[in-house]
Amino acid sequence: MIARGFHIERGGRAGAAWALAAAVALAAAPAYASSATLGLLAQVFAYIALASLWNLLAGFSGLVSVGQQAYVGLGGYCLFALTMFAGVPPLLAIPLAGVVGAALSIPVAALLFRLRGAYFAIGSWVMAEVFRLLASQISALGGGSGASLPIRVVAAVAASRQAREFAIYWASLALALLVIGLIVWLLRSRWGLALRAIHFDEAAASANGVDVRRVKFVVYGLAAFGTSMAGALIFLQKLRISPDAAFSVNDWTAYVIFMTVIGGVGRIEGPVVGAIVFFALRLTLSDLGSLYLLMLGVVAIAAMLKAPKGLWGAFAEKTGFEFAPLGQRVVYDNQTGKPAAAAGGQGDKP
Amino acid sequence: MPPLLQIGGLSKRFGAVVVADAISLDVPAGQALGIIGPNGAGKTTLFAMIAGAVAPDAGRVVFDGADITALPPERRCRLGVARSFQIPRPFGGLSVFENLMVAAEFGRAEKSANPARDCVDILDQCGLADLANRRAGALTLLQRKRLELARALASKPKLLLLDEVAGGLTEDECVALVALVKSIHATGVAIVWIEHIVHALLSAVERLVALHAGSIIADGIPRDVIADARVAEIYMGIPADA
Ligand SMILES: Nc1ncnc2c1ncn2[C@@H]1O[C@H](COP(=O)(O)OP(=O)(O)O)[C@@H](O)[C@H]1O
Ligand SMILES: [Mg+2]
Repeated sequence: MIARGFHIERGGRAGAAWALAAAVALAAAPAYASSATLGLLAQVFAYIALASLWNLLAGFSGLVSVGQQAYVGLGGYCLFALTMFAGVPPLLAIPLAGVVGAALSIPVAALLFRLRGAYFAIGSWVMAEVFRLLASQISALGGGSGASLPIRVVAAVAASRQAREFAIYWASLALALLVIGLIVWLLRSRWGLALRAIHFDEAAASANGVDVRRVKFVVYGLAAFGTSMAGALIFLQKLRISPDAAFSVNDWTAYVIFMTVIGGVGRIEGPVVGAIVFFALRLTLSDLGSLYLLMLGVVAIAAMLKAPKGLWGAFAEKTGFEFAPLGQRVVYDNQTGKPAAAAGGQGDKP
Repeated sequence: MPPLLQIGGLSKRFGAVVVADAISLDVPAGQALGIIGPNGAGKTTLFAMIAGAVAPDAGRVVFDGADITALPPERRCRLGVARSFQIPRPFGGLSVFENLMVAAEFGRAEKSANPARDCVDILDQCGLADLANRRAGALTLLQRKRLELARALASKPKLLLLDEVAGGLTEDECVALVALVKSIHATGVAIVWIEHIVHALLSAVERLVALHAGSIIADGIPRDVIADARVAEIYMGIPADA
């Protein structure tokens, strides 16, 4: 047998170029955007991070959690505790909150991974409620009624109000880029190969050497890391925290699921598109008051019926375009032993 | 040298159905062993217990000198046990090549210097080279069976468990499959092959075991096992007094 020459193609150059261009344009936004716009964009970035991480869990790993608000809240409380009691600079508290979340996710996962499917989902929510109750016991942070970030901590972000807005904006953009980058890197690594295999057939993955539990553990930990950082950042934007706001299943899970489903579950681009659509809807519908929630529901149901793979899913299937293709293609260098015409195929014929 | 695989007193029942009744069986390194038996005899379940997907009620599995009875499937795979599923279980959304890459990246005892190279070679060997980039979920049943075999090879096993890979093949395809199995066997891999297509099986194995209702009813050189009166009665449906 003659060994064939080949190489592996991954694709995604065009997507990476577009993403880079968008990142540069967004990074320069403080030069041209209003303060209100920057604030809104910072919120969008935080939600892009949250939704991307939820998609990593539910869409790519089959871990349908409805309790990621546990880590949002944990991150927020870490920010307050670290800055107020340990004098940690606020921007440094964000990655530290991520580390705390990742560390805590280990015992939490050990418990939750005993549960499967719907029980896992319910268990994750119960866990978040436990976190909320614990947070309401922290009297130094206002117990059940919460606390505001002291002026001295706020001033530690940057001296002027405008510099603070810029810093928080850039931190939010950096977080969204970091999270998306991390997920793309993970999914394109050998861990990603294992994850995709598990997604399609857990028993076959394990029969072929994949330690399913370990892979899920790693993914859950990474998601906890990113979600806790997002939580810290979100409450740095808000400057006020309370158990109900920090561990809100509505704000940090229901909306996040909405975005991911609208955009496309199980696709890198889905949550990004979904978050943008969500905020666009919110801007246009917010005058409607409580009717606005009803409209969101209608949109979600319409999307699920008309585009079950999400807006991006529908678009990608039509055009075949992906920003970050995950697959590896084998390209044979030349078809050894075959005549050139056969290798070239039908297209070569006049 | 001790046998590569030693099964001792392996028992399993599903409810009232006994699918393994204290089965004991040794497979020396490098042997090609065939298993026959009627549907429901417990052949696939035996594979599942060797590979770790099903836990036995009693008995033990020793592989390469180590007791692996309590090990999960992925650990057994890395030790050198590879299994093809009777009903193919491809990773549907991954390409054929990526299916092999999973086994090559995770299923080996030692990391390969170039797993992609190994997978391309195995695809070539198994006649799947042209389907390398095809989504596995889009394969025909026969192609899926071939993929099962190729993926099992990608983990570089010492013991290859093949579960009915020849069913539904044309005569020519069958000949090609036997040649492939023989070429794998020639590299020193021990093979246990469950197969209903007896003539294909007999041209590849040196030993035959007949299983019935969870028990081994015959074990020896293929000619003798086929000629065994009980095998003829139970398996071929020929009454012993005919
Ligand atoms: N997971 C299971 N639960 C219950 N019964 C099973 C299970 N797996 C197999 N069986 C039953 O065990 C018997 C043996 O099955 P199997 O090992 O697949 O036999 P074979 O491969 O020889 O046809 C059959 O009666 C089958 O229905
Ligand atoms: Mg069977």
